[in-house]
Amino acid sequence: MQSIECPWCGPRDEIEFRYGGQAGVAYPPDPAALSDEEWAGYVFVRDNPRGWFHERWFHAHGCRTWFSIRRHTVTHETEPGPALHGSGRAPSAPGAGEAG
Amino acid sequence: MRRETGGRIDRSRVLRFSFDGRELAGHPGDTLASALLACGIRIVGRSVDLGRPRGIFTAGAEEPNALLRVGDEPMAAATAVELRDGLQAWSLRGRGRLDPSAPPAGARHDKAYLHCDVLVVGAGPAGLAAALAAGEAGARVVLLDDQPEPGGDLLGGRTLLDGAPAAEWAAAVTARLAALPEVRVLPRTTATGYHDHNYVIAVEERDANRAAAGRGSGGRGRVPGGGDGGRRRGTGGAGDGGRRLWHFRAGRVVLATGAHERSVAFPGNDRPGVMLASAARTYANRYGVLPGRRAVVFTCTDSGHEAARDLAAAGVEVVEVVDPREAGAVVTGTLADSEGVLAGVVIAAPAPPGDPVPERVVACDLLAVSGGWNPAVHLFSQSQGRLRFDETLQAFVPDRSAQAERSAGACRGVYGTAAAVADGFEAGSWAAGETWTRARGEAGGGRGEALRVPRCDEPDPLPPAALWAVPAPARSGSGDGTAHGPGAVAGGAAEAFVDLQRDVTVADVERATGAGMRSVEHVKRYTTAGTGADQGKTSGATAVGVVAGLLGAAPGQVGTTTFRPPYTPVAFGVLAGRERGALSDPVRVTAMHGLHVARGAVFEDVGQWKRPRHFPLGGESMAEAVERERRAARTGAAAMDASTLGKIEIIGRDAGEFLDRIYTNTFSTLPVGSCRYGMMCGADGMVLDDGVATRLAPDRYLATTTTGNAAAVLDRLEEWRQTEWPHLDVSLTSVTDHWAVVAVVGPRSGPVARALLPGVDFGDFPFMTYRESGPARVFRISFSGELAYEINVPRWYGAALWEAALELGAVPYGTETMHVLRAEKGFAIVGQETDGTVTPQDLGMGWIVSARKPDFVGRRSHTRPDTARPGRRRLVGLVPDDPGETLTEGAQLVAAPGGTRMLGHVTSAYPGVALAMAAGVATGDRLVAFDASGGGQVPVTVVSPVFHDPENTRRDGDPQPGSSRPGDAAAGRGAGPDPAGAAAGPAPDWASDDRRVSPLAEFAGRFAAEGSPEAVIREVPFLPVREVRGEEQSEGLRLGPDWWLVAGGPAGGDDGATAGGADPAAAAGPGPGVDVSAQWAVVELAGPGVRDVLMTGCPIDLHPEVFTTGSHTRTLLGRVPVVLHRVGPDVYRVLAGSSLAGYLAEWLLDALEGL
Repeated sequence: MQSIECPWCGPRDEIEFRYGGQAGVAYPPDPAALSDEEWAGYVFVRDNPRGWFHERWFHAHGCRTWFSIRRHTVTHETEPGPALHGSGRAPSAPGAGEAG
Repeated sequence: MRRETGGRIDRSRVLRFSFDGRELAGHPGDTLASALLACGIRIVGRSVDLGRPRGIFTAGAEEPNALLRVGDEPMAAATAVELRDGLQAWSLRGRGRLDPSAPPAGARHDKAYLHCDVLVVGAGPAGLAAALAAGEAGARVVLLDDQPEPGGDLLGGRTLLDGAPAAEWAAAVTARLAALPEVRVLPRTTATGYHDHNYVIAVEERDANRAAAGRGSGGRGRVPGGGDGGRRRGTGGAGDGGRRLWHFRAGRVVLATGAHERSVAFPGNDRPGVMLASAARTYANRYGVLPGRRAVVFTCTDSGHEAARDLAAAGVEVVEVVDPREAGAVVTGTLADSEGVLAGVVIAAPAPPGDPVPERVVACDLLAVSGGWNPAVHLFSQSQGRLRFDETLQAFVPDRSAQAERSAGACRGVYGTAAAVADGFEAGSWAAGETWTRARGEAGGGRGEALRVPRCDEPDPLPPAALWAVPAPARSGSGDGTAHGPGAVAGGAAEAFVDLQRDVTVADVERATGAGMRSVEHVKRYTTAGTGADQGKTSGATAVGVVAGLLGAAPGQVGTTTFRPPYTPVAFGVLAGRERGALSDPVRVTAMHGLHVARGAVFEDVGQWKRPRHFPLGGESMAEAVERERRAARTGAAAMDASTLGKIEIIGRDAGEFLDRIYTNTFSTLPVGSCRYGMMCGADGMVLDDGVATRLAPDRYLATTTTGNAAAVLDRLEEWRQTEWPHLDVSLTSVTDHWAVVAVVGPRSGPVARALLPGVDFGDFPFMTYRESGPARVFRISFSGELAYEINVPRWYGAALWEAALELGAVPYGTETMHVLRAEKGFAIVGQETDGTVTPQDLGMGWIVSARKPDFVGRRSHTRPDTARPGRRRLVGLVPDDPGETLTEGAQLVAAPGGTRMLGHVTSAYPGVALAMAAGVATGDRLVAFDASGGGQVPVTVVSPVFHDPENTRRDGDPQPGSSRPGDAAAGRGAGPDPAGAAAGPAPDWASDDRRVSPLAEFAGRFAAEGSPEAVIREVPFLPVREVRGEEQSEGLRLGPDWWLVAGGPAGGDDGATAGGADPAAAAGPGPGVDVSAQWAVVELAGPGVRDVLMTGCPIDLHPEVFTTGSHTRTLLGRVPVVLHRVGPDVYRVLAGSSLAGYLAEWLLDALEGL
């Protein structure tokens, strides 16, 4: 049972969280402009390092905050990660797609 | 044989027990093993493969031989079972087989969660010292030990500390620990697992500890069988074996787990009467038992000589001490009597190469063996610490820690009492963030006299002999040993045991290495050495030593096998704890659940929910009940409890924009007061969920989700909101548990709805719109194709509304009928027709995918080559040739009988109606549904998935009575009382205050009955609560960065108090946010024992100085998400979703009983 440090609630048992996978994979600004391979890369492909990994967690049974940590996938050492600002990119932002 | 005096046993009291039916007696202080030895029992079982007689071999948890059935427990080490009056034990033979007809074990187990600064495992000299050092430094310390009293090895030896028996030093330290308020000592507690982030699992013999402390084992002195429902079945005397599974989270861990003595692999080393030297010494000293009368000691260590001295002092005739370090002599074999019990040993002196080995036989009935010591590195190794082989100690010792951990004393190869104490002081000080050195300790420095290392009379130990097997196994792999003296029964490597429990011999290991195995892990799997219930505690290092000898390598090069939890076997019942039977998994129920039960509903599980599947009347089969319910919905009026659907309020200036991005269709253009069906996809374009969203106000929507996906969808929405679109002004609030929902369905549902909802203008209530009536929200939406009203009311009114609807003539129907109704309309169900590989287009629902919106989650995936290709599976309908046939869900579709190419599979099947996902088929195609589970091959025809009313003529009521399926019209009259007639009566008063039911109303009596001075429990009903997002609130409970629970709802609560214990006046009127008053069940627990109740299910740190008065947080309690609020020093409120309240109440009542 890992102890995950929630930035709001402090360290809590892993069972209070939902794992969110790799951090820093932003929604592409214009999905329609991507090739099938590029889009598949966004949807399906993630890093799987042996070592430090920047990943997202969601404190589902706590404060319901999404946040990131860095975790070593071998030793399970953890350290706080940067706040998740979001890409700020809106799928329906003007010019983002095949308008009309 | 019992000595007249000596030992830590109470001869004034007699404990009766039985072994294999023989009535025997022992004393308090005995283990089952010591009592058996005292009664002269030499043979305690037969070995698993060879059937050889075996005796007690150790005096601790590492026992490989004396595994017995003890009471309810199928297998336990007699050396680790504390004797109790009435205990019954049986020997085991051959391979174990659990008796499936055995009644469930009666012991009552639970769990507990505890945080501490320092966890010390083992209360021998090192552990006691570590706990004292950490405790004196002010740390929160937990000290565990598997024995009934602290002291460890000191209890079994005759060491003098400061001139007094070492046990007195242990007792003095224990007394000082008891005086430290932040130190908790747990005897009879075995740490079994050391996991990530200093998470340590331990099993406490809780009933035995309670009995020793003078507390009954059955909660508060319950009478056996009195109202206990047979849950516990006494197996004798105090302590029915109830255990507690502790979950510790420690800042730092000190392992002081000691060392296990090991044997030597010589022929005949498994006879009853061959025993580890330390065990023989422990039986003599601690238990006052002579394990034999005439002993030979075979030792590679100094500790064997100590054992010889102690045995002699206890009255055993020690005829010879064989120490390979002194003259090179070794034991090469044993002799047995007619029963197989040790009668003598063969001793060989060294001889020049080539000369015959001179051997002689010495008669004895005890052979005490010490092959060396193995530090108990199990927990260290589980923590991912690295081991190294110490050539001097001839043992694997901790090298590098992987966590905030330190080993102390014998478990890291620091032998000798004084050295262990000093090591413990150092480790305990480190764990508490201080520094201690032996020089300062001996000078009385540091914490002064408190941490002084006592003077010890033990000589410094000499290194052990490096001897793993006799004779040294031949590298050729031929297993024959040297010749033995006359009369030696055992001979050769085939009788030189490495692993007693698994009957693995040196010859077996030779076969493994002879077959080419070089890895000790391979040898383990090939020979099974180390795979027994003891996990090779006494044999593991010996196996490594033998393998190393065979390979011509050093043990350190061979290495150990992986140490895995648990350290000792843990019963599944202990792992389950309280969560078994009705408490095995959290259960969610609706406000109407009790009424459904009373009506005889048959339930099905949907996620954690209990939903009525159908409501059989008078012996109806399910098919009959469903057909009756279906007819009522198609031709009359029917009602379904739809409370379980997920409900989310989406609020904010950008709520419409947010939904446009989430759903495949458009919601920003939806008029206020209108409803729209929506579908959402994952980024992969596959259907994730569906539901209806309603615009309650320009900046406010209510979205529904499927029952099973509610939590996942909400989490997903939070993910997009927080991580991708934080600039959008939108918040999400689950209101699933606030609302009870009754769907009134059918062409004659109008009169029922009119009677229930006097505030609605039914003359102006078109399809897909929304109205309010008193506390009710009414949605004109339909999942059946018929006229329908979904009436949402605060959960408190749910039962009254349901009863009112049924009194008005609506026929209750369950999920099975709901499924049939929607299947007849060709409506897919997420998770039934879809499986994560299905797009909206695959379901024939391309119409719901907006072509005008520039983007939404999943849109780009709909043009990927695979999702856009022709020939994907599509939703189709199927009709069996024999209309009486019901297809099997999951059946494979093939083109013809005997066909093997799978075209698709049946996703939903009901009498006469089936849906399927199939590729390359067209309406009119004739296929075969092949049921591999035994249903055979059923010819079917492909049809449109819309079986019923394809023109949607019925959603406003029956356009022309009799137009539904043949036979329905005639039968419809009998589907229930005429609802129209009932509507003439006065409007039912389901909304009056006295019809409200709080979530835990039915528990009031049991709550009152279970109260005790330790803890009382009550529900705080009808608290007005609002959930507020975003704006900073001056009062209330802050649950997250922008999430508050504040007092105040649409109506005042009769408690007067508020959720936050704040000003009652605040309850007067609606405030900001969302009214969720009926969403929460509030339980208040008060009393000095409440923290002990909460710690059995809440994983957070509840220490009173950490979770201070006024603290509140969201966490888990017994696997139920709760808000925990400490409202007073000994008063806690637990807020749980009202659907989970019943489960939580049962859980809490069980916890109170176990207090």
